[in-house]
Amino acid sequence: MIGRDLLSMEDLSREDIEKILDTAAHMQEIGQRAVKKVPSLRGRTIVNLFFESSTRTRMSFEIAGKRLSADVINFSASSSSLSKSESIMDTARTVDAMDPDLVVVRHKVAGVPKIIADALSAPVINAGDGAHEHPTQALLDMLTVKQAKGRIAGLTVTIVGDVLHSRVARSNIYGFIKMGAEVRIAAPPTMLPPGIEALGVKAYTSLRQAIEGADVVMMLRIQMERLQGALFPSVREYSETFGLSRTKLRVAKPDCIVMHPGPINRGVELSHELADGGESVILEQVRNGVALRMALLYLFTGRPSKDEEVAALGEETK
Amino acid sequence: MSRILLRGGRVLDPATNTDKVCDLLMEDGLVLEVGQKLSAEDAVVRDVSGLWVAPGFCDMHVHFREPGLEYKEDIASGGRAAVAGGFTSVACMANTEPVNDDPAVTDFIIDRARADSPARVYPIAAATKGLQGQVMTEMSALVEAGAVAFSDDGSTIMDGGVMRNVLEYSCLVKKPVIVHAEDCCIRGKGVVNEGPVSTRLGLPGNPTAAEDVLVARDIALAKVTGAHVHIAHVSSAGAVEQIRDARARGVHVTAEVTPHHIELTDEATLGYDTNTKMAPPLRSQADVDACQAGLVDGTIDCIATDHAPHAVHEKDTDFIEAPCGIIGLETALPVCLGMVRSGALSPLEMMRRMSTEGVKLLNCPGGSLEVGAVADVVVIDPDLTWTYDPMKGYSKSRNSPWSGKPLTGRVLATYVGGKLVFDVNEGVLFP
Repeated sequence: MIGRDLLSMEDLSREDIEKILDTAAHMQEIGQRAVKKVPSLRGRTIVNLFFESSTRTRMSFEIAGKRLSADVINFSASSSSLSKSESIMDTARTVDAMDPDLVVVRHKVAGVPKIIADALSAPVINAGDGAHEHPTQALLDMLTVKQAKGRIAGLTVTIVGDVLHSRVARSNIYGFIKMGAEVRIAAPPTMLPPGIEALGVKAYTSLRQAIEGADVVMMLRIQMERLQGALFPSVREYSETFGLSRTKLRVAKPDCIVMHPGPINRGVELSHELADGGESVILEQVRNGVALRMALLYLFTGRPSKDEEVAALGEETK
Repeated sequence: MSRILLRGGRVLDPATNTDKVCDLLMEDGLVLEVGQKLSAEDAVVRDVSGLWVAPGFCDMHVHFREPGLEYKEDIASGGRAAVAGGFTSVACMANTEPVNDDPAVTDFIIDRARADSPARVYPIAAATKGLQGQVMTEMSALVEAGAVAFSDDGSTIMDGGVMRNVLEYSCLVKKPVIVHAEDCCIRGKGVVNEGPVSTRLGLPGNPTAAEDVLVARDIALAKVTGAHVHIAHVSSAGAVEQIRDARARGVHVTAEVTPHHIELTDEATLGYDTNTKMAPPLRSQADVDACQAGLVDGTIDCIATDHAPHAVHEKDTDFIEAPCGIIGLETALPVCLGMVRSGALSPLEMMRRMSTEGVKLLNCPGGSLEVGAVADVVVIDPDLTWTYDPMKGYSKSRNSPWSGKPLTGRVLATYVGGKLVFDVNEGVLFP
């Protein structure tokens, strides 16, 4: 049922998502052990092909791969032949010729994981492409919400900030809607993508209205350097109108949780008190990211048949 | 010179509003006679019963890349692609290296075309030096050398003051100034049509407003200067509406549309295929419908392909880095016949837009099957379904969204000046 590659949440079915989240729940226990390693992917090679710099996502994939005993090789643009003007497709084909079992791709341009997946024999996982999608982030967010709230269906999830440039927002919109949640977005009009309602969300330009009665508020990182003066007048005004504080959060459900994909601009989109408060599940997201990515590496590498893999997983994690 | 008799075809001549089954006789490079049961004496006879016979097509917007970018295309390969697609006249844009902003370059293109190209090639000169949008070119000298129009094409002249002067000065030489209408500030980094599709793709959007604003500016400047402004590759409903209105008010504005902008929508970009990246971008269904309506009611004069060859390695990359444009000469006919099959245009009216109207705008020979006209003629099977393979085509490049796709309608033979230069079975017949 799951395709060869994981390129977008748009492509996944509800059943696919459920299977991935269930598998990730099994993986969480491994991270709690003293010896955090199982042999599932021993002898498998996973390449992190990161054309765009990333610390947390790359590290999360690397730890996930190592906990499953895979050989994880990191490729980053700065240290590579890219600086010698090799084309991305040649770089990708070169990596493929070394016969990896899985390639994890991040690129600053939307669509690159797709065109690489089309050219490679190894399966590809999209670790973020431009403003398109970041499916592994959405899945770990959904795992976090599911475990905090016990369910996803019926919840109201509000995503706040620069939705226009956000791959995290797009992936979460697809994912949460597929799982039966109501998704709202809130941003200044300059940061609302045209036609976003076609994805099934309600768009707001009032933070208060958008978070009223919400179960989950997900704050997006604002790119201060790049966008100030162009898409919003000043950090101060952004923070006043779209930054979240405990006072502003009062209109949400009393047990509302606060999420952020990181890294946080403290005091800009999110106040100190909230980032560190009881409402915040931000570090839980990071922790779940490892388990979620273990699940994905497991499901997309080696590709055992459907029945085998669930049975095998049960054995290994005992 | 030999006589050629095309026997029993459906003769479609927009110049004389002819649509009837009859014979067509060519001699010494000219149309000698059109009529029933013409004598085959001394003539090579081609049975074209069941087929269409039309004046050769005219494409006033191609990029043949010579001089300077011959790895993408040259005048020889471009000219061959043209006649293989039924085009007997083409006008090539000035963005070569060096730019065609000097009579020496214009001369070079004309000389090279005479030697290498089976199709008639007309140079379009740059409107400003080096396509920089600042200093106007020597229009009189360029026209003297053979330039048929002026354009900076993709390097849109953004300074309205410069554009006003270019238009005003163009009245001296009475040639059209062709505008690639796109406000680069509004476009920003946009690479696909702004809307639900750009949002889904996560790629920067290019709104129709970027086109509409420039069209509005240049219509206003055409009115104030009395110059002839020709809007290239119209793609937005707003542009069509403004051109329709301006023409009704008597402003000298004409327009072209590409086969891809009347056939494909932005949905075609959803797989990130760089062969769907062009400028202006593929638009929404409403824009496609408006472009078709503009072609039907004459708001848009003609079809032009914007044939823009790029090497495989240039397109084999991400959507932002890939250059804009697709090749179109060899697929234009079957793509445009979509509007005939849907009933939007009659065969005669489609031939008018593919041939006669473009010829009028360039003021060049062709576009007519009248007795005495140059015998630029195309023989078409409108119902033949074939699979397009750019590897087997004549362009040096392969950047087409129709690669590997079945197409219906094919050029079977092309005559330039009464000489058979393309036959579907024998290929291009040119030394």
